[in-house]
Amino acid sequence: MSTLGKITRRAFVIGSAAIAGGVLFGVYKYKQPYPNPLEKGLAQGDTALTPYVLINATGVTIIVPRAEMGQGVKTTLAALVAEELDIDVQNVKVEHGVPSNAYFNAAVLEEGVPFPPQDDSAMANMARNFMHVPAKFFGVQVTGGSSSTVDAFEKMRMAGATAREALLLAASAKLNLPKNTLRTDNGEVITKDGQRISYTELASLAASIELPDDVKLKPRSQWKQIGRPVPRVDMVEKCTGTATFGIDVLQNEMLYATVKVNPNLGAKCNSYKANNAVNMKGVKAILPLGDIGVAVVATNTWYAFKASEKIEFDWAKTDYAQTTDALFASAIAAFTDEHQDSQMRSDGDVEAILGQAGDATIHREYRAPLLAHATMEPMNATALMKNGELDVWVGTQMATYALSEASRVSGIAKENIRIHTTYLGGGFGRRLEMDFIIYAVMVAKQLEGTPVKVTWTREEDMTHDSYRPFAVARFEGVTDGDSVSALDVKISSPSVMESQMSRLGVSIPGPDSTIVQALWDQAYIIENYRVTGYRVPMGIPVSSWRSVGASQNGFFNESMIDELAIKANADPIEMRLGLVTHQPTRNVLQTAAKMANWGREIPPKHGLGVALVTSFGVPVAEIIEVVNTPRGIKILNVYVVADVGIAIDPLNIEAQLISAVNFGLAAAMMGEITLLNGKVQQTNFHSYDAIRMHQSPVIHTKILENGERIRGIGEPGTPPAAPALANAIFAATGMRIREMPFNKHIQFV
Amino acid sequence: MQLNVNGTSHDVDVDDEMPLLWVLRDELNITGPKFGCGIAMCGACTVHINGQPARSCSIPVGQVSGLVTTIEGLGTPDAMHVVQAAWVEHQVAQCGYCQPGQIMSAAALLQMNPNPDDEAIDRAMSANLCRCGTYPRIRAAVKTAAQNIREKNA
Ligand code: FES
Ligand code: FES
Repeated sequence: MSTLGKITRRAFVIGSAAIAGGVLFGVYKYKQPYPNPLEKGLAQGDTALTPYVLINATGVTIIVPRAEMGQGVKTTLAALVAEELDIDVQNVKVEHGVPSNAYFNAAVLEEGVPFPPQDDSAMANMARNFMHVPAKFFGVQVTGGSSSTVDAFEKMRMAGATAREALLLAASAKLNLPKNTLRTDNGEVITKDGQRISYTELASLAASIELPDDVKLKPRSQWKQIGRPVPRVDMVEKCTGTATFGIDVLQNEMLYATVKVNPNLGAKCNSYKANNAVNMKGVKAILPLGDIGVAVVATNTWYAFKASEKIEFDWAKTDYAQTTDALFASAIAAFTDEHQDSQMRSDGDVEAILGQAGDATIHREYRAPLLAHATMEPMNATALMKNGELDVWVGTQMATYALSEASRVSGIAKENIRIHTTYLGGGFGRRLEMDFIIYAVMVAKQLEGTPVKVTWTREEDMTHDSYRPFAVARFEGVTDGDSVSALDVKISSPSVMESQMSRLGVSIPGPDSTIVQALWDQAYIIENYRVTGYRVPMGIPVSSWRSVGASQNGFFNESMIDELAIKANADPIEMRLGLVTHQPTRNVLQTAAKMANWGREIPPKHGLGVALVTSFGVPVAEIIEVVNTPRGIKILNVYVVADVGIAIDPLNIEAQLISAVNFGLAAAMMGEITLLNGKVQQTNFHSYDAIRMHQSPVIHTKILENGERIRGIGEPGTPPAAPALANAIFAATGMRIREMPFNKHIQFV
Repeated sequence: MQLNVNGTSHDVDVDDEMPLLWVLRDELNITGPKFGCGIAMCGACTVHINGQPARSCSIPVGQVSGLVTTIEGLGTPDAMHVVQAAWVEHQVAQCGYCQPGQIMSAAALLQMNPNPDDEAIDRAMSANLCRCGTYPRIRAAVKTAAQNIREKNA
């Protein structure tokens, strides 16, 4: 594009490209650090276009290059484009990518990377940089929100605005009318005297238009779709059983498989005996899965499940902690200088104040266990290797890595691989992992020409996760009047980043700030304040779990703050307000207090608990009301207030908050993965349950927009749920619970 | 053996012990009912057998006698069942994986009790897990669907 050379201050430039019968609008990346295979077939000087809008004779398609895993990204991001394009998002097709066109699809995949495109060797460097901004890193990966919302917020609107501009110019040329006499509305260009031309009619002409480089975005006052509830484009499909998840992929002549992998995670399969399985009904093949297990291929998933139970294995052991007690002992043992990972906050002189306070110092220790992701849809993927090409159908949060891994395992070059991203039946971080994709490709490679769907049993899924890390937190606090004069925070936990990156073949020096996430970076201003992270050496695989380090650290910190308030005889909300100056954070807390009518007369056996946690840049306050019944604790109400900067879709944000609260409550009430003989003991929902309808409270939400910039909201609602519940239980019963899950200490209705 | 699903009769040749779910999904390509646990703990696989809600993952196909209805047979995108319409109205689904099962449980509940109170909803719906935690909207949608059914019957 002629504009390409002019723009140097931006990392991207909007462009368009003619394709057979239509036009693409999107973002050109420039200054690509590596030769881009997508550039084949593009004109000299152009770089690949990441398309967001496709207009051809059949209509308008908006491409959302982020995985839809429940967070509504397919709708909210499409609405950004549609807003500027002046078309109702309900009247367009929304796609994750267009698999039939390799150039097109690969460009979309590029965009799926959680960071700017880099070559693989630069990966470590980049990841190292991200270590200090994990909120950004994980925000992009896990929710498609946080920093990527900021990014998409501009980029996708620009793509829509640019397309609209091109269509206006095309109409102007076609009708020979000045552009400023034309306007657009719902998919049409309209002349002064009411003549209407649809975008589809103008598409091919628009493709040849020289684009101006001064396209302007609509002011907020003119938004019709952004800032309003937009019905989700995936809703009808998902309510009629017609949405295709990975597990629903159908191919002609497809076989069905399952896997059995060493439950000592990461250790080898020494040997196996399949005599009793191989002749079972429906079984087609029993194939080795590298050196870690086997796949059973059959004519029906159930035959594969059945046969897999009849195989005898000799599993190698791991050398990491073999029991839950040993895990926690390893966390305790890591509270040493040698294991110190970071000290990201060190204000004032904590030692001095603790020394002066002596016996008045409050010492507390808290714990959180391993957790499984337990997405509703068990891990699965479908793959077909044929004529030197590979197709993989999978719900993944990391399409680009899926492509690299598929290539590595199959030996097929990336340009001959197509990754078809389906809906995800839940992600929560689990589908950042590559294991389920790798296994499907391993099977496809051994059964060339046959498509195979590999579905894990729930048992395999739950016992072969990468878990939310266990953690132990130690606090020493000193109160002064009705405030806090010193707080020393020590947290010991394995590193999510180290574990996760090691599975991608990358090792990263430097500290992992997810260990201290939601501890060092809170809004509290305490004169003497220190936060030290300790890293437990790598053992059982751990990974990102909705809200990452904040999922346990929010509980630790906000329980401790509550204990300090009680010790100081201070109101928990007043005391917090006394420690916070950041106005948007104060607002969320004050708003929640108002909603819950904090300070009212509390009926007997009822209790109110509050928590305030900032994660991924979003301050969230939650107040929970419980009642202590003869059958146990019942959670009645949750009041949740979050500041997202700009709310793209309030109805969807409400859904995300409700979801995040229930996710956090489930973990707090009953979530626990334990280890025995090196293996995970929980195998299915009977032993690893989650919150259900009869336990689900009424959740009152309020969204504020005072924050500095737009933020993603998939995760920040989770961390305050556990501490608000613990604090409410204390208020109702006088029982202080310092360990998750709470049902080890108290019963729930 | 013969199996009637959504009004169509199918000839299936499988092990009697095979759970109905896997006959539907892998033999008949009816993928609306989902696999979540395989042990009747999550409800993702809920279908109706003669109008009664059933966890298809735990019922051997050999024991199925009667008409099977799946989410696809309840209503279609162009002609949604009143429960599906209420689900869309309340924008219930997030990842959506549990929702076919949730909707089938709700439809069966409302068939028997068109005016369920919160406790009746709790009882009927607690067998259905939703990891996305969409329960408040499920509850609201059940109530809307109930009201619409009552109005239609009035
Ligand atoms: S799959 Fe049948 S109840 Fe879970
Ligand atoms: S909507 Fe995701 S599990 Fe229910």
